[in-house]
Amino acid sequence: MAYSDKVIDHYTNPRNIGTLDKSKNTVGTGLVGAPECGDVMRLQIEVNPETGVIEDAKFKTFGCGSAIASSSLATEWLKGKTVDQALEIDNMEIVEELALPPVKIHCSVLAEDAIRQAINDYRVKNGMEPMELESHH
Amino acid sequence: MNLPIYLDNNATTPTDPRVVEAMIPYFTEFFGNAASRNHPFGWKAEEAVSYAREQIAALIGANEKEIIFTSGATESNNLALKGVYEMYAAKGNHFITVSTEHKAILDACKHLEKQGAEVTYLSVGEDGLLSVEQIAEAIKPNTVLVSVMYGNNELGVIQPIREIGALCKERGVLFHTDATQAVGKIPVDVMADHIDLMSFTAHKMYGPKGVGALYVRRKNPRVKVTAQLDGGGHERGMRSGTLNVTGIVGFGKACELCRLEMADEAKRLSALRDKLENALLTVEESYLNGNKANRLPHTTNISFKYVEGEGLMMGIKDIAVSSGSACTSASLEPSYVLKSLGLDDELAHSSLRFGLGRFTTEEEIDFTIKCVSDAVQRLRDMSPLWEMFKEGIDLKSIQWSEH
Repeated sequence: MAYSDKVIDHYTNPRNIGTLDKSKNTVGTGLVGAPECGDVMRLQIEVNPETGVIEDAKFKTFGCGSAIASSSLATEWLKGKTVDQALEIDNMEIVEELALPPVKIHCSVLAEDAIRQAINDYRVKNGMEPMELESHH
Repeated sequence: MNLPIYLDNNATTPTDPRVVEAMIPYFTEFFGNAASRNHPFGWKAEEAVSYAREQIAALIGANEKEIIFTSGATESNNLALKGVYEMYAAKGNHFITVSTEHKAILDACKHLEKQGAEVTYLSVGEDGLLSVEQIAEAIKPNTVLVSVMYGNNELGVIQPIREIGALCKERGVLFHTDATQAVGKIPVDVMADHIDLMSFTAHKMYGPKGVGALYVRRKNPRVKVTAQLDGGGHERGMRSGTLNVTGIVGFGKACELCRLEMADEAKRLSALRDKLENALLTVEESYLNGNKANRLPHTTNISFKYVEGEGLMMGIKDIAVSSGSACTSASLEPSYVLKSLGLDDELAHSSLRFGLGRFTTEEEIDFTIKCVSDAVQRLRDMSPLWEMFKEGIDLKSIQWSEH
């Protein structure tokens, strides 16, 4: 299977690899997927509590090139968005941007799930109600 | 050194230039149909096929009349299983095979089950090997055929074929082996190994694609299979269809080269393979899959824990290998062969298979060692599982979300 140039670019030069301090109240962490399925994504956001703006985002991913690219792209998109704007990110936008083939759509779904889980973690830590996460599975 | 480097010789091998050279006249000059008995064009083709039969038979210790040409090992496996099932229906309907066989065997067995066959699928140990005792216990009065692969395509492990053959002979059961990966790589002798039927193919031993053979024993016992293609009754009535003369000439030449060069080549390849394997096993949390002692000389299969196989292959794009990872197949399931060893799905997802070949050089192996080690490190640096492992977190203690 040939990869799109954008997938190759994100795979070769992944943006925002790393770990944020999950003990901080301003940090939300999403961990999705499962090792036995061949994909695990961990996506973290750091939110400015005053403005609600995501000031930093980091990821680490165990998975194929498309999974790595999906999470790398997600961190790029998250930075500078407010939490509410971040919730608008739809997995199909990732599919489009990275030109993922049908067999790789689950990678984008995983990235969207990771974003939502990270936001929920942040909300719960800060005394807000968790949002209902629609299940893609 | 030219890039990319080909280390997927278990998938297919390049055709040896000496084989190509032998084939060329048979495209244009000697193009006759080997079944044309009344003119020199046919005679010339028939002569070439006879010669190739001798070359092929010599490699496996058979008589040239025992070679049935087919389009490849998949067809040979289908012909052996389905042909025996139909031919020996009066004797019984029970087959014995192994869970790590190639799909051409497993799916042919499933097909036969629908037609009324009873199939026992034996499991292997965590080293990928079967024991003769397992076969002995599985044989029943209605058992017609035992089919066990010679050398495994994913792991390279070699089953105890000679002992299984002897057992089958003693118990009066036919013995078939899919020797696709073994013939031409290690000595295979149908007499000493007590093999009744054997599938093999040219393109795994530096011959062309599209031509293979089924060895069918003629004496002690005389074995027959029911033809699966209706037509002109070629190949002693067992496989109709105009012979692929050009391919057969190449197959013959490929067998001859293997017969002459195999001993030295096996030594060279196992030394290179061991160098690669030993170096990659010094990478932290890397594991060899399959038995180390009973193995084909050119194959190694290694799991790099906490790194996903397809992601890893993308990181070593200058090296052509294959992975047990789900992502490399359409099925989303990791390799059933690795799972048969009792490997966690996670380790199966993290595996790479290296298949060395006649044209592999030491320089390529050195490059591969460096490239794979670097890519594993790079991907672990971005793997959340590696980070957890390093922090001492037991991954099994985490509630993973299925997807």
